[in-house]
Amino acid sequence: MLVVARRLFFYLVTAAVAISLDFLIPRLIPGNPVDAIIAKMQGVTITPAVIHALDLQFGVNTSASLWGQYTHFWNNVLHGNFGVSSANGFEPVSTVIRQALPYTLGLIGVATLISFLVGTAIGAIVAWRRGSWLDNLLPVVTFFQAAPYFFLAFLAIDVFAITLGWFPPSRAANATDFPAFTWTYLSDVLDHAVLPALTIVVASAAGWIVGMRNVMLTTMDEDYVLIAAAKGLRKGRVIWYAARNAILPSVSGFALAIGFIMSGALLTEIVFSYPGLGSLLLQAVSNNDYELMQGLFLIITFTVLAANLIADFVYVFLDPRTRQEA
Amino acid sequence: MAASVSTEQVMGGGPVPGSTLPSAPPRRQRALRLPRSPKIIAGLAMLAFFVLLSIIGPLVAPYSPDQIFANSPVPLPPSGAHWLGTTNLQQDVFSQVLVGGGDMLLVSLIAGVIATALSVVIGVTAGYLGGLADDLLSMLANIFLVMPALPLLVILFGFLGKTGSNDLFLIGFIISITGWAWGARVLRAQTLSLRNRDYVDSARIIGERRSRIIFSEILPNLTPIVASSFLFTVLYAVGTYTAMAFLGLVNPNWSWGGILYYAQGANAELTGYWWWYIPPGIAVALLGTSLVLLNFGIDEFINPRLRAAGLARRSGGRRGTRSRRSQQFALTPVTGLSQARGATPATIGEGGQA
Repeated sequence: MLVVARRLFFYLVTAAVAISLDFLIPRLIPGNPVDAIIAKMQGVTITPAVIHALDLQFGVNTSASLWGQYTHFWNNVLHGNFGVSSANGFEPVSTVIRQALPYTLGLIGVATLISFLVGTAIGAIVAWRRGSWLDNLLPVVTFFQAAPYFFLAFLAIDVFAITLGWFPPSRAANATDFPAFTWTYLSDVLDHAVLPALTIVVASAAGWIVGMRNVMLTTMDEDYVLIAAAKGLRKGRVIWYAARNAILPSVSGFALAIGFIMSGALLTEIVFSYPGLGSLLLQAVSNNDYELMQGLFLIITFTVLAANLIADFVYVFLDPRTRQEA
Repeated sequence: MAASVSTEQVMGGGPVPGSTLPSAPPRRQRALRLPRSPKIIAGLAMLAFFVLLSIIGPLVAPYSPDQIFANSPVPLPPSGAHWLGTTNLQQDVFSQVLVGGGDMLLVSLIAGVIATALSVVIGVTAGYLGGLADDLLSMLANIFLVMPALPLLVILFGFLGKTGSNDLFLIGFIISITGWAWGARVLRAQTLSLRNRDYVDSARIIGERRSRIIFSEILPNLTPIVASSFLFTVLYAVGTYTAMAFLGLVNPNWSWGGILYYAQGANAELTGYWWWYIPPGIAVALLGTSLVLLNFGIDEFINPRLRAAGLARRSGGRRGTRSRRSQQFALTPVTGLSQARGATPATIGEGGQA
């Protein structure tokens, strides 16, 4: 568990760096974000209190020292106060994010899990059948990996939602639905999640396929695999022996992958008008809603760190050597 | 050194590889193995095509990408006058695609150069010095690796606003800030392993200066990895720039991501205007594929085991000699996912892959 404790410390440092960047970036970059927000808000009455709050948030027209602002910022973040979202009628950013977060967690969480399992399985099979026609799969996989997620989302909508009409093209549920734990609503949500999830799976599985294949090729040369085959064990069992050792690097590589996948998945949400964090990101960008951007940066970072921590636990569970170390 | 010569050829992306064969001096003979890999040839050819496209594209574009044609209310499908149809504003998609690659390639190149320089400085310093400097620099690299790039870039470009959205150098620089960490990590790991090789030890015992050891003994042997991480960063920058343009955050006149931004704004995917969004998307994907293939090729070139594996496969050997990829060399973003191979989560912070 010492391993996990060390990683936890690292994640806490990373979170602190993220919070500090969130504080520093508006103050280091020239220009006055408050003016930009007010300019964007023409036609909406902005009370002096709101302007004052914005000033405080971005450190303009304030007499407080930088350090004073910094501690104040930390205080706010620790209390879950990320300011107000000008694109959402000055609702608190935390409220706006809280409404969207479950959609993103559900969609991206499930899609990443499926992509990991399917991609790893395919990678193991491709490695096992090396030299066969399956090797031709790799250029195709390369193409899907190089294609932007959101472009694949365009294709998925055009083909499966519009031309074939199998799935709804956008949103997380029908507009007439009322969110509740009823069968109609839940099946509706599932129906709407299929296409975006499929897009994320197809786009991100490529990385797991190639990663697993490359490690698996090495593992297959190990003596214990040869012995397993020589003993006459069933083929599936031999593959399993090799695969469960080859999977470790994929799990530890999860940390690096999740950031990429998250970025792509958020853009996928935008194409599907899926009401998650990705769509909020677009909303923040197109409305110059800086506080929402900042809040999203922190929440997305925290989410990624949490996912990493889970991957670390899984790794410790899978690899007894890490437990011995402690 | 042969490897370094060859990777320069790769990075030049220049003429068709085969054409340089006869005139090459004998000293380069080892380098000539490089172009034989089908992956390298395919990757180079595709990359050369896109470089060429970005240079002559604006010159041969039939129309100005901004030019507005007939007042049709809807985008028109491909026709003789507009090979790839028109947008909802009746602009020529073909011209937009031809013009859209240049800025992106330039930004990606800038980002690639800056990020690679950063990763060499930080990675080699951390790997060679060790101790506290290593701990701090490694932690910095790992923080930037774990932190999701997209929302960070969104606040950076968001606060830059109009002042930053058209300055190609600034865009490249900002992308490089989020893109150097991976290269630094790999270079650090390799420097760690080189640092204790015999020839470096003997240079140290002879009493060579530290700067000489780093620049003459260690750096030349890192060249393939530097080249590989450069290609990786360029690939990353292509994707990132496209994503930023797709969000409407960077807006130099036309780019493939920008075309997708407008197509998405006009619901091209919901109304079946495939000629509008498919060409720029395919272009980005193929450009990315060419870089991935090149990286695969470099991988195989610098890792003798993979070459031997290729021979074994050709002669029908099925089991045994194939593909023990060495840990340090598989640097494509694809395999990048698996690169922490051998490194438990605990060692990501300190031990790396060495």
